[in-house]
Amino acid sequence: MKVYIRSAACISAQKTFGTNDFLTDVVEYNSTRLQAIEPDYKEFIDPKLIRRMSHVIKMGVAAAKECLKNGDTEMPGAIITGTAFGCIEDTVTFLTRTIEQNEELLPPTAFIQSTHNTVAAQIALMLKCHAYNNTFVHKGVSFESALFDAIMLLKEQEADNILVGGTEEMTDTSFTILTRLGLYKRRPVSNLSLYKSESKGTIGGEGAAFFLLTDKPSTDNLAELTAVNTFYKPKDTQDIEKRITAFLAANSLRPDDIDLVITGKNGDVRNDEIHRQLSKSLFKNNSLAYYKHLCGEHTVASSFALWLASNILKKGVVPDVILETKLKVAAPKKILIYNHYQNKYHSLMLLSAI
Amino acid sequence: MANMDQTVYIAGVGVISAIGNNVTEHLASFEREEAGMAEITLFDTIHRHTRPVAEVKLTDDELIAQTGLSTHNGRTALLSLVAAREAMADAAISGLQELRVGFVSANTVGGMDRSEDFFVKFLADNSKGKLKNVFDHECGSMTEIVADQLGITDFMTTISTACSSSANAIFYGARLIRNDVVDVVVAGGADAITKFTLNGFNTLMILDDEFCKPFDEHREGLNLGEGAGYLVLVSDKVAKTLNKPLYCTLSGYNNSNDAYHQTASSPDGTGSYLAMKKALDKSGLQPSDIDYINLHGTGTPNNDSAEGTAVKRLFDPVYPPMSSTKSFTGHTLGASGGVEAVFSALAIKHGLIYPNLRFETRMSDLPFEPERKFLKDQDLKHVMSNSFGFGGNCTSLIFSKI
Repeated sequence: MKVYIRSAACISAQKTFGTNDFLTDVVEYNSTRLQAIEPDYKEFIDPKLIRRMSHVIKMGVAAAKECLKNGDTEMPGAIITGTAFGCIEDTVTFLTRTIEQNEELLPPTAFIQSTHNTVAAQIALMLKCHAYNNTFVHKGVSFESALFDAIMLLKEQEADNILVGGTEEMTDTSFTILTRLGLYKRRPVSNLSLYKSESKGTIGGEGAAFFLLTDKPSTDNLAELTAVNTFYKPKDTQDIEKRITAFLAANSLRPDDIDLVITGKNGDVRNDEIHRQLSKSLFKNNSLAYYKHLCGEHTVASSFALWLASNILKKGVVPDVILETKLKVAAPKKILIYNHYQNKYHSLMLLSAI
Repeated sequence: MANMDQTVYIAGVGVISAIGNNVTEHLASFEREEAGMAEITLFDTIHRHTRPVAEVKLTDDELIAQTGLSTHNGRTALLSLVAAREAMADAAISGLQELRVGFVSANTVGGMDRSEDFFVKFLADNSKGKLKNVFDHECGSMTEIVADQLGITDFMTTISTACSSSANAIFYGARLIRNDVVDVVVAGGADAITKFTLNGFNTLMILDDEFCKPFDEHREGLNLGEGAGYLVLVSDKVAKTLNKPLYCTLSGYNNSNDAYHQTASSPDGTGSYLAMKKALDKSGLQPSDIDYINLHGTGTPNNDSAEGTAVKRLFDPVYPPMSSTKSFTGHTLGASGGVEAVFSALAIKHGLIYPNLRFETRMSDLPFEPERKFLKDQDLKHVMSNSFGFGGNCTSLIFSKI
């Protein structure tokens, strides 16, 4: 059985939503935090609800609905989301009030919307969708966990047209705390020169990307999602190479068969060292691309990469802004996305043109 | 393709809650009909004298001493480690290093108890607050800490769907086996009581100021609880190599969405009905095959009415014995599906039906009432366990005798 990406939709710090432009009109930021470009939510959500919804709920619901529209599907067979921090804006709001108001006279709304499955639940509620509904919250592989579940559901013949997405919001509070934890650069940088800075820290980001997965072939499908895998705490770079080689071999491929490798380079010298080493070993003959200068680093940033790869395969075009090395095949047929989050969680997504 | 006909067995169980720190203590508390609720001691709160809770009877320091963890990164992780370790020790699978082992854990609060400490200082001055207290805020961190202690690296993930979280983790674990991703999986969940959740449920006005009375006409809400519960699920192949009796199989499961409201259940219990009905379909059983239902039974007017209506629709006119063990443990939120899955597996193994404590008056619109007595020597072939959560997330599991 094959798994196909029927449609996709992505809200990010770039103009990726509701447009035919494919990253030619790139937005430059001079900051260590990239904020998502908000669509007009009135097209997707009842204006009465918009006011009460946090940023991540609005992004998630809008991206999910756009994805369904793009896939010409009214009712998905399952709804699965991935998010590491969940509804952090509502969480911080409720926690702050609890402390500052000494537990008195607290309004319930922020608490109600703070549960991690709120986005998946709100999508189900709006669609009146009674099907399987799940939310994965596992750090840097939250999105891949959701994707893995969706693929299993298809293999089990439990459902078709599975809506799966990654959502993450960056709030002022989370940005302050994550900066203190040393995740981001000390000084603002241009996101378009992110990889030249040769310093510690990356730039933070946020976004929502949804996909409709099916096992039914169609010329309308964007791409085939050939395989997904994750691994945890590899011993060293050789171990990483071994695992990537085994992953490709399981799909009867060698590194040289991949037309484009999209890596999770994020401009932090500590993070990018692995990518640098692989570019000299396993991927030395491959065309390489990166994407985190466009969407920022965040726990479900790989969902942006999947949106990117799906569109590259469908459109037969690789946006210049993602190229790290020269393109050898103008219209790639096989793309490997390799991401790692703080060298703990590594993920591989293999896509093929249909 | 997945082998959906493969039987998934339960080879080990582990649990910690207000009524015991391990399986043996739980069985003793059930027999003595002793509930775990009392005044809160874990943290200072204005709700101390008005909102009884069901705390695990070990302090953080005692849990740290027991688990041997060198750092305290969240009470949820401490509870999780105690129960997951018990489950693994109970399963006693030899040659584990030769097998593919997974850990699927669920929780809803992550390291919130530590984040609360951090935030007190942070709110006064954003450059203050000890970072180590907020470093493991994420739900996924709880899973990671425990997996590292258990030595599990092959597969790991965290599920968070409010109060059905760990029921979803358990059947996700079974699916991992059926999809040939792992041979053995430790699945369940944990949640600690925090100021955040206590106040959250308090704002919803669904906390009872007395000990809760699930499925009673005069029920007034839930008592928050805490704990952890895990099952060790094994493949058919692994089951054949084990030298001790298995508990039961996980024969059916389903997750359906109520799609009615973010927090409230639909009056007709659509989601609950669908979850129970489709779990039966999955196991190939009829409603009359179920010998005991471990109800979600939170004690809130809304849940018990919706769940009761759904039970009536599915089981009428013959009702199996049923009860809410939340009358003992309080509502352990993200842990409840795991804790109650352990109770269900124990019910089958030991032939037990647990009493629904403090039940007095049948609900006016229901033709049945829960079991009041602790029953032994029951021949239970199939047990259903319900877990329903915010966001309309409804899950039913069915455990079957081997």
